[in-house]
Amino acid sequence: MNKRAGGCILPPRMIRTLLHLLAACLWLASGAARAQLTIEITGGGGNQIPVAVLQFAGEAVLPTSITDIIEADLLRSGRFRTQYAGGVNPLPTEPSQVNFGDWKTRGADAIVIGGAQRLPDGRFEVRFRLFDVPKQTQLAGVAYTLSPAQARATAHRIADVIYEKLTGERGVFSTRIAYVVKQNGRFELRIADADGQGAQVALASREPIISPSWSPDGTRLAYVSFESKKPVVYVHSLTSGQRHVVANFRGSNSAPSWSPDGKQLAAVLSKEGGSQIYLINADGSNVRRITQSAGIDTEPFFSADGQFIYFTSDRGGSPQIYRMSAAGGEASRITFDGGYNVSPRLSVNGKSMAFVSRHDGRFQLAVMDLESRQMQVLTDTQRDESPSFAPNGTMILYATEVGGRGVLAAVSADGRVKQRLSVQAADVREPAWGPFLVN
Amino acid sequence: MRKIWFAAVGLAVLYGCGSQPSKDEGKAGVEERTPAAAQPAPAQPQPPVSTQPVRPAQVQANPLKDPKNILSKRSVFFDYDSDRIRDEFRPLLQAHGKYLGDHAGAKMLVQGNADERGSREYNLALGQRRAEAIKRMLALMGARDAQIDAVSLGEEKPRCTEQSEACWAENRRGDLLHSGEF
Repeated sequence: MNKRAGGCILPPRMIRTLLHLLAACLWLASGAARAQLTIEITGGGGNQIPVAVLQFAGEAVLPTSITDIIEADLLRSGRFRTQYAGGVNPLPTEPSQVNFGDWKTRGADAIVIGGAQRLPDGRFEVRFRLFDVPKQTQLAGVAYTLSPAQARATAHRIADVIYEKLTGERGVFSTRIAYVVKQNGRFELRIADADGQGAQVALASREPIISPSWSPDGTRLAYVSFESKKPVVYVHSLTSGQRHVVANFRGSNSAPSWSPDGKQLAAVLSKEGGSQIYLINADGSNVRRITQSAGIDTEPFFSADGQFIYFTSDRGGSPQIYRMSAAGGEASRITFDGGYNVSPRLSVNGKSMAFVSRHDGRFQLAVMDLESRQMQVLTDTQRDESPSFAPNGTMILYATEVGGRGVLAAVSADGRVKQRLSVQAADVREPAWGPFLVN
Repeated sequence: MRKIWFAAVGLAVLYGCGSQPSKDEGKAGVEERTPAAAQPAPAQPQPPVSTQPVRPAQVQANPLKDPKNILSKRSVFFDYDSDRIRDEFRPLLQAHGKYLGDHAGAKMLVQGNADERGSREYNLALGQRRAEAIKRMLALMGARDAQIDAVSLGEEKPRCTEQSEACWAENRRGDLLHSGEF
């Protein structure tokens, strides 16, 4: 399975470095460089699937190299090792043109081939096929019609198909992330592809923006903005750019979190004194309080089935994570290890919880298996914050600090694959990984 | 009117350093500092001409902005993970509470802040708790509930951005903003 056979002119590590250099050159040439997140893979997983992504025949007609993006996506997941796929001439576009014996010798378990062409109406057609090399069978074959602007999105779709066929899990390359950039005293809420590319500014402000939360259908963001000199909760439609106030009561309004049906939000209000959790309809109506404690109750997060709300409370003397019925009532304590456990976020399958735990003055990302209640610290950084799971549960995106600057990082739920995402000369914080696209 | 003014100047001198977060100031030697200006010099008898005291022009400095007045001090500092009002800040809150009590139309925004360590949302709630502790103290000193809005800026508006205990202590703070300042 993991044998690395001849045929490679360069060792894979050097190829990867060259690819990164190439990517960096393209990135520098893109002109939109300052807006982009760059991704550095700082750790790798074991048991990676060796896959060869061949250049698609005729792909030079496209504005961007689709196969480079596919390969980068697969590498970034930590689940794949990409095999050197050069030196093939002519590039195969049909199964009959693939020399499976050769690819087996090269150590590839899977191979991706494809072609691109310009259509008379100015759009493009991209086709690809994925093969199981040992079995010499086709695992997937899809054709896409796209505008030039859709090249990146198409590459992510193809990577998602490859990922799902080879791992059995749904890919997240087509999903998006939200995060806040602080630069020159300005705050920008940005939305980017999961690989950090294609960032767009949804909101720019002179005052802080925190706690973005994706609606389950990925069309809206709830967040807290300080533009009126105090925290106010907004819901912002990404498609129209329109937004409305959901909670602007006396005191502070914060920590919005969507219910799985997208109809209501849990949020923290202090209108009755003290920070307590309330449910509010997405239009701001029907505000009702669900916690009744004398302490701080904050950071509510719905379980995927909508039955429970996990939250942070200091009712027991130190901030710890609790769980209660979304209908209200008694809460039960979930974390006991250490004096500071905050920011609970659940995986979609409800099995694990990511959170931030303080140990020896370090704030570190941890996960807990909710059935066994076993916890595992995933990082060795000092200032981890704001975790969120990828919608397939494989990776956790979070904010941390490196060299005095805020950066985003992602780690696989088993702690083995690590990535860092940073924007040059800016503080990046408050990441939130969006849901699967609905289509 | 004048007596009140002198008293205010006296108070300002007494508590002029009230907003500094240092621990060892406070009770030291305040008795001696009787303001010299409180004793107007007696008029000398001068027959050929008659003199009359000229009242100072009515340029009354806004007590909220007068650096000599305790009301110009606007910050209350807190211990780590605490919303307890330290004794050194009671005179300051007493003065602001009385001011609000005396000026029924005045409004105040109390902004609570937290240092940057830990969760932003938990820190927001911590800042809220500090703002509410200040508000409660002001109410005890004569302010009405409706005059004061207590809000939190959490860790989002640090006054000091270094990573040191001195800096964090400066950011664990509540700020008092009067009408027209927010």
